[in-house]
Amino acid sequence: MERTLFLAQRISAIILGPLVLVHLGLILFAVRNGLSGAEILSRTQGSISWSVFYGLFVLSITVHAPIGLRNILQEWTRVSQRTINIIALLFALIFLALGLRAVVAIV
Amino acid sequence: MNKIQRETQELTVRIWRGKEDGKLVTYQVMSRENQTILDIITEIQRFHEPSLAYRFSCRVGVCGSCAMTVNGRPRWTCRTHVKKVSDEGILTIEPLRNLPRIKDLVCDLAPFIDTWQRAGAPFSGTKTRKDAPALVDPNSSTRRAAEAGLQCINCAVCYSACDVVNWNRNYIGPAGLNRAWTLVNDVRHSNRKQTFDQAFGKGGCGSCHSHGNCTRHCPIELNPSESIAGLKQIAFKGLPKDV
Ligand code: HEM
Ligand code: SF4
Ligand code: SF4
Ligand code: FES
Repeated sequence: MERTLFLAQRISAIILGPLVLVHLGLILFAVRNGLSGAEILSRTQGSISWSVFYGLFVLSITVHAPIGLRNILQEWTRVSQRTINIIALLFALIFLALGLRAVVAIV
Repeated sequence: MNKIQRETQELTVRIWRGKEDGKLVTYQVMSRENQTILDIITEIQRFHEPSLAYRFSCRVGVCGSCAMTVNGRPRWTCRTHVKKVSDEGILTIEPLRNLPRIKDLVCDLAPFIDTWQRAGAPFSGTKTRKDAPALVDPNSSTRRAAEAGLQCINCAVCYSACDVVNWNRNYIGPAGLNRAWTLVNDVRHSNRKQTFDQAFGKGGCGSCHSHGNCTRHCPIELNPSESIAGLKQIAFKGLPKDV
């Protein structure tokens, strides 16, 4: 279990690396004329490649961040392991729901 | 500085007395040319405070029994010179961090020793007494990897230096995992896979943040942080091949 989580966090971090760079680059590009919802949608709506890009992003965060959160809770709180696992899982679900909602909006 | 002057200089030594709820007690001792922290403690115990409890054995950096916290850092006291660590003539000497206190400078090492078992020791051989001794090539990669971590003197300095141990007592810690790394690289060990699984189990090397405080403080300059990184790599690459 610990080993699987460790691997999952490192592999998702490897995926996140380039995705974060592209995402930051895209933000710089997108805000050059100010930012509006309509403008973003005009660029992303219906684009398969951007949906795949951000879909993968959301999935990697769903895997990566809750495992990290679990580590932090183990170190910084006295909460039981069971509760920590549940909290981490809840965060995974929240990330997944919020993220996929945004991705679905552009397809 | 002439001899008389030197002899009259004093060190202010604050020593932890009692158990968890003890306090620092201050002693004045003579400052001499070549003194180790252990010399100072021995002087205080002989001449100022006969009931002071502390541990030592070899006095030459072999047995690993004299480790304490000196001015905030874990150190082997028998090989730590006062000159190197005294802060303007002031020394604060406390028991090691991360271990239950027994009395004064003595801690209970049992939780530390337990981590060795939790990390996947003991060694179990592949041969019987009827077989010829195993031939281990000293230049093989596995042997060199094991060799790098073998000389540990069990002083618990790294265990005391590790913040993750401090935050999470379920964490096995650097010394136990360093031991697991030597076993995983020992071609004579029959349970290499099992040792690895245990070292990566609950409280295992997945909890290490590689910040290297263990390595920074190890008095004999072992590198537990690197051993743990080696274990983590096995999760990707599989058990080391003997080449
Ligand atoms: C460039 C992308 C990223 C990379 C390369 C990356 C890499 C890593 C690595 C290697 C760790 C393990 C650290 C350790 O155990 O010592 C980690 C932990 C963590 N990451 Fe990321 N990460 C990235 C993005 C993110 C993002 C976007 C989030 C938040 C949404 C995040 C949240 C966390 C958390 C909470 C931890 C736990 C902290 C810890 O264990 O010390 N990471 N990350
Ligand atoms: S590198 Fe790992 S074992 Fe060493 S002090 Fe840091 S967390 Fe502890
Ligand atoms: S690894 Fe170094 S600091 Fe840790 S117990 Fe062994 S000798 Fe002491
Ligand atoms: S007394 Fe043996 S290592 Fe210090």
